[in-house]
Amino acid sequence: MKQIVVLSGKGGTGKTVMTGSLAALVDNKVMVDCDVDAADLHLLLTPKVVERHEFKSGKKARIDERACVRCGRCLEVCRFGAVTKKLSIDMSSCEGCGLCARVCPAAAITMEENLCGEWFVSETRFGTMVHARLGIGEENSGKLVAQIRQKAKEIAKKASRDWVIIDGPPGIGCPVMASLSGVDAVLLVTEPSCSGLHDAGRVIDLGKHFKIPVSLVVNKWDINPAVTEQIEKYCTDNGVAIAGRLPFDRAVVDAVIQGRTIMEGESASLKVEIVKIWDRLKGAVL
Amino acid sequence: MIIAVASGKGGTGKTTVAVNMALVAGSVRFLDCDVEEPNAHLFLKPAFQGEIPVSVPVPVVDTKKCTGCGKCAEVCVYHALAVIPSPDKKPQVLVFPHLCHACGACSLLCPEGAIREEQRSIGVIEEGVCGKVYFVHGKMNVGEVLSPTIIRRVKERIDPDALTIIDAPPGTSCPVVAAIKGVDFCVLVTEPTPFGLHDLTLAVDVVRQMKIPFGVVINRAGLGNDAAEDYCRTERIPVLVKIPFDREIAVRYSSGETLADKSLVMAKIFSKLYQNICQVKNEADRRS
Repeated sequence: MKQIVVLSGKGGTGKTVMTGSLAALVDNKVMVDCDVDAADLHLLLTPKVVERHEFKSGKKARIDERACVRCGRCLEVCRFGAVTKKLSIDMSSCEGCGLCARVCPAAAITMEENLCGEWFVSETRFGTMVHARLGIGEENSGKLVAQIRQKAKEIAKKASRDWVIIDGPPGIGCPVMASLSGVDAVLLVTEPSCSGLHDAGRVIDLGKHFKIPVSLVVNKWDINPAVTEQIEKYCTDNGVAIAGRLPFDRAVVDAVIQGRTIMEGESASLKVEIVKIWDRLKGAVL
Repeated sequence: MIIAVASGKGGTGKTTVAVNMALVAGSVRFLDCDVEEPNAHLFLKPAFQGEIPVSVPVPVVDTKKCTGCGKCAEVCVYHALAVIPSPDKKPQVLVFPHLCHACGACSLLCPEGAIREEQRSIGVIEEGVCGKVYFVHGKMNVGEVLSPTIIRRVKERIDPDALTIIDAPPGTSCPVVAAIKGVDFCVLVTEPTPFGLHDLTLAVDVVRQMKIPFGVVINRAGLGNDAAEDYCRTERIPVLVKIPFDREIAVRYSSGETLADKSLVMAKIFSKLYQNICQVKNEADRRS
């Protein structure tokens, strides 16, 4: 069983459209949507939820006002600015370290378990999908990503699936690293812009850091052929395989509006390109 | 006034909106808080005056003072310290700096005073000037995770007397909250697609929960459907401006060009955006 993650660095370059296409194209796989704070893959795959789980992670401080002697020791030690001047907890800043509770002389602070999201196992027209919903403004997205990837791996092993295909989050931070750890390949989807190049470069560095092979697709390549060539040259110079190019095509937006993948959409030429991209990617992994 | 530009979904045009609004707003401070993938400098092209390291304190154990009692590992909820037993000598403390959140519990609570803190670099802040814009951004080192820490450091550059524009990261989790906390107004940029709409609703949940006045910019109007606009109407959310889809804009963006200083039509759209923000903000102030 091989795991492939679709990443981009910069948001909005077409990760989810690409993952959706692979979901339609690739046989015998499990899908995972690891963009847990703004998940969109379900809009293309319309999953039917079969399992629902709470995601609890970390703790948050709570001050019992009746027990509090208002000494301000908690405010003094908290490095996250999570204790307000009125000695209450700002939940969105609390990182759950528990130092306040440990130093409180009146034992007025308790650390309470934090319910910070939900995750699901679902069935779709293209097979099983594991996905999640992180609560608004929550931390621990990396842990939630690790949790759903673990579940997807278990399902894939049990059902002898060949592939786990992961839709990754934008950026290079904690949920990206959790999406990336231990995968067999990264499919990097970028766009031909200076931002696309800049951000793809940071994902390529991250791939090197973790010693994971990266293949690249330039989406909407014809918006700027010169930058496309610049990106591809950068890749060649940095040991990144070129998996292909996709042109700008309104058929993509039309398909998304209808809740369909490109493979179910109107553009035959895009389908041909996606098949080529998959063949090259498969060649790089197997 | 501090205005943040956020979106939920990535790639909807946050940086385009933030940068071009800065160009028409006159004298502004521009803070790029997308520290994982900062891009605004590619458009504003400021002359940076060196870089300031952002570091976090991580524990260092003085093995002479350490008795191996294990208190530090016990208090660290992030498992950044582990005490390894040893048959012939005292237990040894291992530190995993990448797991450390720099809360300071271990050094404060070590009964022997055996833990001091050393600074570990996780990124940089760069600042510089471009025209009337004073530009600041944070850049997290590849392989690091503490982006909210860097964002908070970038926000220390807010000038309360000046107009400040913050380019926020995508998503709805802790980095976004860190970027938009305490701002006076939040612009949510969306695109007229199901992805754009879905992530807009999540972003709206964030700003409503944080009680920040906000409005929506619909970018690439005409490329998708009317669902985002219908949603705004139903939810009584002001649509501040619509930016039409134009392949020419995409081409300019791709080459790192700005829009408002090169096209009268674009200058008008972004001026209108700024005026509408002021108006919506004033109405919000009057109501509260």
